[in-house]
Amino acid sequence: MRAESPVSAPADVAAAPDAAPASAHAAGRWPIISSLIIAVFVLVALLAPVLTPADPYAQSLRTRLKPPVWEEGGTWSRPLGTDRLGRDVLSRVILGARISLAVGVLTVFLAGAIGATVGLTAGYYGGRVDAILMRATDATLSFPVILLALILATTVGPSFANVVVAVAVILWARYARVIRGEVLSLMERDFIAQARIAGCSGWRIITRHLFPNTLNTLVVLLTLQVGYVIIVEASLSFLGAGIPPPTPAWGSMIAEGRDYITSAWWVSLFPGLAILLVVLAFNLFGDWLRDTLDPKLRQV
Amino acid sequence: MALLEIEDLHTHLATRWGTVRAVEGVTLSLAAGETLGLVGESGSGKTMLCLSILRLLPRPAGRIVAGRIVLDGEDLLAKSEREMEAVRGRKVSMILQDPMSSLNPVFSIGMQVREAIAIHHRVRGRALAERAERLLEAVGISSPAARLRAFPHQLSGGMRQRVVGAMAISAPPRLLIADEPTTSLDLTIQAQYLRLLKELPARHGLAMIFVTHNLGIVAKICDRVAVMYAGRIVEAGPVRRLFTAPAHPYSRALLGSIPKVGAGRRHLTAIDGQPPDLAAPRTGCAFAPRCPAIMERCRTEEPPETAVDAGHVARCWLTVAS
Repeated sequence: MRAESPVSAPADVAAAPDAAPASAHAAGRWPIISSLIIAVFVLVALLAPVLTPADPYAQSLRTRLKPPVWEEGGTWSRPLGTDRLGRDVLSRVILGARISLAVGVLTVFLAGAIGATVGLTAGYYGGRVDAILMRATDATLSFPVILLALILATTVGPSFANVVVAVAVILWARYARVIRGEVLSLMERDFIAQARIAGCSGWRIITRHLFPNTLNTLVVLLTLQVGYVIIVEASLSFLGAGIPPPTPAWGSMIAEGRDYITSAWWVSLFPGLAILLVVLAFNLFGDWLRDTLDPKLRQV
Repeated sequence: MALLEIEDLHTHLATRWGTVRAVEGVTLSLAAGETLGLVGESGSGKTMLCLSILRLLPRPAGRIVAGRIVLDGEDLLAKSEREMEAVRGRKVSMILQDPMSSLNPVFSIGMQVREAIAIHHRVRGRALAERAERLLEAVGISSPAARLRAFPHQLSGGMRQRVVGAMAISAPPRLLIADEPTTSLDLTIQAQYLRLLKELPARHGLAMIFVTHNLGIVAKICDRVAVMYAGRIVEAGPVRRLFTAPAHPYSRALLGSIPKVGAGRRHLTAIDGQPPDLAAPRTGCAFAPRCPAIMERCRTEEPPETAVDAGHVARCWLTVAS
């Protein structure tokens, strides 16, 4: 057990004494399963063009809706079957990983950048600046995410970049709120006062003293939100406001298979499973990160 | 000429209970190389006076409403915030009470000490690193090169407070304010740190304001002492004079409340009553309600500052009368 997990020293010590499988929340235990899933997911996304057994865009109406290989009529050339246009489901799921990962990561970074900037500014300057920024944050938080993203994405037209931007301009508010809270408590600490006494400018205090101290929180939030963003993107794609076809986004693949769900369940099931697995992995990994880096965030 | 001159300084704090007159008409001056002890009970305005000098009053509540602060010939109250940034750390520096939270937990000691130097000086690279090492040596930290690589949580409280001290004198400043820098250190470390602070003014030609409750420390390291009560300096003078012949009843009471070794089972005198509400309007002497030597006049008229002796002033009708 010890050999296969690249754990940090204290976690290792905590895990070592009892050989029996510890509970899911054994403090500090490196989450092997979720990090493994994420690693595989990232590798698949990066190597997608090499890994796809067939061209994910190649249509073949003669072999449409072929079942997976273990069902009657399935072939090894199309291991997870084909969709209604005869495209290889496995290849499309593999390429879809790339879309989901790209959207998830880009969106949380964009949202995190906006949110951290707003939170740091509001927390540091306080007063009227804080009041204005936080009202904007509250207003943003009060919108249902899917609805607002749907409106934004449809008004600017569905495209990869628009989905990222649309989701990011909604999700930044959560970061802003948490980071501001963090900054307010940091501002009470003497090292911020000491930095001011030393003649640091506001900009320097924000970038050199406040921001590095919020990084733990930020990393936890980013990880926890990747899964959420993947779901939002899939929902948008499912509703037709996300990544436009024929790009194989998991959400739109599920939508395409909906009409055949009773006869050709594999068209929807495999992208659905992929979403489930990846989101679950990100959430578990995020939970572990939170418990390790920033336990006081637990209520978020 | 005096290095620091404060004239009739008034600092107000806007609170929910009204405007608190935290500093009310403070006048004092300090020469280079001199150490002034600033004593008084909690809430007497010591810290607000110090923060006024740095123009770092709590925002948005604190405001300097009147007065003049001249440091090294420069009027600090006329400066813009940007100009003040160049004064802070460079000309005035301050050491806060709590060494545990005075250092940024995510950076190594070296990064923080180097930053403190680099803000005000154009030194980079090797020269900067050497300067940081010399600075730690100057505050009595052994094997500075190793300490520079450490993080704050790896150092003891006394060590951290030395690092904070090193950063404070990095410029070096003309004026160093130490706000009860030893209260959270244990006694042996306290003694070492005080010895260090005592050496600084002479060695670096800087003036020091030492804020404390502890009159024993004042006696040990200060040249002059100013006693604050309710936002005013009620008595100021050379340490020896003030300790042997205090003119103000409040100073006398403060001195009477220090335990002395070998004084037998004598009871300590406590000062009855509470310090006044600084937000409430007031007539007469602020200390009058607690004063053992109260006169009729004290309740209605505020006593002016009067000279008791050379360099020794007090604000009390007793000294005016005699």
